[in-house]
Amino acid sequence: MAITYTSGEQVEVYRFSIPATVLVPLAALFLQAWLPLRFSFFTVFDLPLLVVIGFATARRNPLAGLVTGGLIGIVQDALTHQPIGLYGISKTVVGFGASSLGIKLDVENAGARFLLTIFFYVVHEIVYFLIARGLVGLHMAWSWPHEFLSGVANAVLGVLVFMLLDRLKQRT
Amino acid sequence: MDVLGRYRNLVVLVGVLFAQVLGLAVQVRRTTDNEPTRLIRIWAVGTVTPLERLLMWTQTSTGNLWHNYFYLRGVRAENRSLKAQIERMSLEQVRMSQDADQARRLQALLAFKEQFISQTMAAQVIGSSGSELSRSVYIDKGEHDGIKPDMAVITVDGIVGKVLRVYRSTSLVLLIDDQTSGVGSILDKTRLQGILRGTPSGELVLEKVMSDETVSPGELVLTSGGDGIFPKGLLVGRVTKASPGSELFLNIRVRPAADLSKLEEVLVVTKIDERQAQPDQTGAARAVDILAERLPGVPSKPETDKTAAPDAAKSAPEAATTVTTTKPATTKPVPTTTPTTAPATAPGTAAAKPAIPAIPDSSSKTKAPPPQVSVNGDTTPPRKTATSSSASSTAPSAGTAAIKTVSKPVKTATDPKPQPALEDNPH
Repeated sequence: MAITYTSGEQVEVYRFSIPATVLVPLAALFLQAWLPLRFSFFTVFDLPLLVVIGFATARRNPLAGLVTGGLIGIVQDALTHQPIGLYGISKTVVGFGASSLGIKLDVENAGARFLLTIFFYVVHEIVYFLIARGLVGLHMAWSWPHEFLSGVANAVLGVLVFMLLDRLKQRT
Repeated sequence: MDVLGRYRNLVVLVGVLFAQVLGLAVQVRRTTDNEPTRLIRIWAVGTVTPLERLLMWTQTSTGNLWHNYFYLRGVRAENRSLKAQIERMSLEQVRMSQDADQARRLQALLAFKEQFISQTMAAQVIGSSGSELSRSVYIDKGEHDGIKPDMAVITVDGIVGKVLRVYRSTSLVLLIDDQTSGVGSILDKTRLQGILRGTPSGELVLEKVMSDETVSPGELVLTSGGDGIFPKGLLVGRVTKASPGSELFLNIRVRPAADLSKLEEVLVVTKIDERQAQPDQTGAARAVDILAERLPGVPSKPETDKTAAPDAAKSAPEAATTVTTTKPATTKPVPTTTPTTAPATAPGTAAAKPAIPAIPDSSSKTKAPPPQVSVNGDTTPPRKTATSSSASSTAPSAGTAAIKTVSKPVKTATDPKPQPALEDNPH
């Protein structure tokens, strides 16, 4: 359960096949758009974010992480009626941060993934909040309990998503 | 170069973020209603929505197969219940139809212009934005189906939102509980108008209602038609809480009538007709006649004619002549000569051919019919004097009551200009 420090040489770097790289984010975006119609509570979750974190920590490449995060975020923005870039910027930051942290930490075990997901969920929400309020001028209310609980819910789901992603990743 | 190489990742991150912030700033500045849809949105929607349509089709087909062919338990009971409901609704429909006819006539008298939903298109909700901060849904109808931006989207329960973006075969609908949404609304009882807005938490708030007004929970909220998107009179929701808010306005919370979290099928209002209400050709044209029709126990017209005509003919032959030739239509000018020959102050100048039947007297069924007063060819029922014993001239109170109702045409008797019959309208 403990997060262990590992050196760069000890860290294993994974890659994903092209179909997985394309289809997994698409599936996440699709489910994120479709499931809230059936289960309204699902808006609490952010499946694309979980995929960004999963890819970033597995690849352990900050550039790949920020590009993946940025692209997924922009597509997610495109499905909303808000200006494009809100999710893009937030997920770029998360993708970069998760892959950078993935180099330094062992994120193979469920506990580490759980904590990592809560942390990056909150980071994502903070960045989104700041941009939405500061740049776009949206009226938003910040609630730490809500964000923390949402983070925990996402982390639970995240552990399951990461287990699925583990099946798709390939050693380099 | 070494510094750049060393911090390459960070430099790229800053570059990507800067580009996105720049793009965001440009969008925020240029946001207008006529902004063309960006290519990235078209690609994203074009990629995701086919999957949603496929899944929705599969789900609907499977559900239909199950419900229509296999799972028919309780259909008989439901059938009985529906039949009973139809009977109830039929009765209600008769009553409402009468009310609607009357409303149309009154609106015609007042020259109201109404907006009618003349065409709708059923659409299925196939997806959502997937974000708490963007309360919008996708429907399976788009440009090919004739959908256009700013069309109203409703359900049988109440309004849902408006079409925000239109793609080839799908459209994005902005829900009324989104914080960027605004709906012109009016409270049903108090007739107070305000703007219904969404909040970040997804609640609905009715804004711009002054704090010195009284609004009670449970009151219905309807569309006012002021936003130019929703026709007037559609159900929006119900007031759940009204409390003093900041500044001069009340803080009114509204629960939407339509369940916005469980939308499956909606109606897109594709055509709204604006037309002036036409009066019912078979009905009387004057407001007093319409109001008189509402009174209970009205006998049929021929009977009244028979009883009232001889008396009126005797007492005021000139008036009778005038009446038969000048029964006004809704917009027909009223001759100004009648009052001079048939003064309204005399109850005995009842019309030879009254336009409406007299009010029957509950206490004097065997007595003569109640008096009617004729002005400009029409009669008004002396409501408060139904118990008067004399029908011809011994009911001063009846005459007074009638005079009040028809005082305007009398006043215009000396006016050489023709006055429309609308002048009789107490409104």
